[in-house]
Amino acid sequence: MTAGEKNVQAPALSAEGLTLSWDGEHIVVADVTVDVAPGEVCCLVGRSGCGKTTILHALAGLTTPLSGRVLLHGEDVTGRPGRVSYMLQKDLLLPSRRIIDNVCLPLVLTGMKKAEARAKAAPLFERFGLAGCELKWPSELSGGMRQRAAFLRTYLMGADVTLLDEPFSALDALTRTDVRRWFVGVAAELGLSALVITHDVDEAVSMASRIYVLAGAPAAGEPSHVAGIVTVDRVASESFELTDEYLAAKREVMTLLG
Amino acid sequence: MSAPSKARRIGVPLAALAALLVVWQLVVDLGFVPNFLLPTPVQVVAALVEDAPLIAGHCVVTLGEAAAGLALGVALGFVFAVLMDRFETFYLAFEPLMTVSQTIPTVAIAPLLVLWLGYGALPKIVLVILSTFFPITVSLVSGFRSVDPDAIDLMRTMNASRWQIFWYAKLPAAVDQFFSGLRISATYAIVGAVIAEWLGGNVGLGVYMTRVRKSFSYDRLFASIIVITALSLGLMKLVELAQRVFVPWKRAEGKHNDR
Repeated sequence: MTAGEKNVQAPALSAEGLTLSWDGEHIVVADVTVDVAPGEVCCLVGRSGCGKTTILHALAGLTTPLSGRVLLHGEDVTGRPGRVSYMLQKDLLLPSRRIIDNVCLPLVLTGMKKAEARAKAAPLFERFGLAGCELKWPSELSGGMRQRAAFLRTYLMGADVTLLDEPFSALDALTRTDVRRWFVGVAAELGLSALVITHDVDEAVSMASRIYVLAGAPAAGEPSHVAGIVTVDRVASESFELTDEYLAAKREVMTLLG
Repeated sequence: MSAPSKARRIGVPLAALAALLVVWQLVVDLGFVPNFLLPTPVQVVAALVEDAPLIAGHCVVTLGEAAAGLALGVALGFVFAVLMDRFETFYLAFEPLMTVSQTIPTVAIAPLLVLWLGYGALPKIVLVILSTFFPITVSLVSGFRSVDPDAIDLMRTMNASRWQIFWYAKLPAAVDQFFSGLRISATYAIVGAVIAEWLGGNVGLGVYMTRVRKSFSYDRLFASIIVITALSLGLMKLVELAQRVFVPWKRAEGKHNDR
């Protein structure tokens, strides 16, 4: 993204020169800059142990970076949780609450009455492919359905920027492909901006329009940095995963990963 | 291997119990063990029926002490567990003390409690509190700690307060272990009350037992053992019932796993 474009519209989420550490001494991530435009799905891809979750925590405001800032629509939200919504590989549905009360959790936590929260969430169940699951317990749903419920809960957090940490990696291959495609559709429809953090190159290429490739080995004393940005040429296809464009992007990402 | 059918699950242990009773009866009837040392099952049942009104009166007292002690023990255990979870210093200070306290034999402190607190219900209730609150505290503390730290992070990104995190995530995460602890505590409660009565008092199953023992009525002694066992099992069953009512999501999990 050029400086000229930035002036037109502030990025939904941007991290400027993030340098992060777990213990205040060993640098895990050095000078990482990431922009997510409004309505865009971006990916941050890197090998296991390269500091992806550290970045996620900083972006979510759960930790404060050694240096750098996190901006949300131009506003500095560094170290302030609760401004972006957040979804992990684990669905983290509370086993003790029915699905509807799980997805309502972000509303209820802000003080909304349970009945009011339920009324607000109920019409969304159909769009999220969860019709009929309202009163079920999380243990009664399949992995794919649970992730849909987790995503609906994320959506009800009300932030227009969502962070996803390997959101669908735990699902079986076929469900994963379906749910990813479904996610991209819903995100576009709702105008969500999302940053997906993953080690899975396929997950990155099948969901994102731009991919930030993170390289480095923090455990060996080499902090991670952005090695390059790959733009994915998303073609409308029933099976995008089989197109040349997909493979070209995948090849580029894997080359950058080294 | 498939799970045994319900008929087998109930039938086999019942048959084993019946066989044991028959052997017991024969051992005494055929004179292998003299009757004045060991009453037969038939004599035990007869004694139980004969003394039923008397035993029932003692039973009510014991049960009352056990219930009061258990309720207070659970309340105290809950408070301790919450404090231990919330304040690390509190945890470090009391965790070893609590473990040590559990190695003190009940029979050693019961006479002291009677000495300090008299022959009434109070020393019994205190002994029940002492023996029930530990399993509750330990199970709750480890239950609170079993919560997924990612779930707490997620709730923090939703701006949840400390109390909300406790109520929505930690407390439900501890509920399973709490009920395991409560089942153990329920049996400790009856036994604790009986021991305290045994070592000093005027009424209760423990007192009844010391009296029949002194008069060499071993059939009545066995009858009171049956009653204590029944009370303990009944209390455990009650805990299971409470678990079914208060933890409805576990029933759903059970159903799902059966499929």
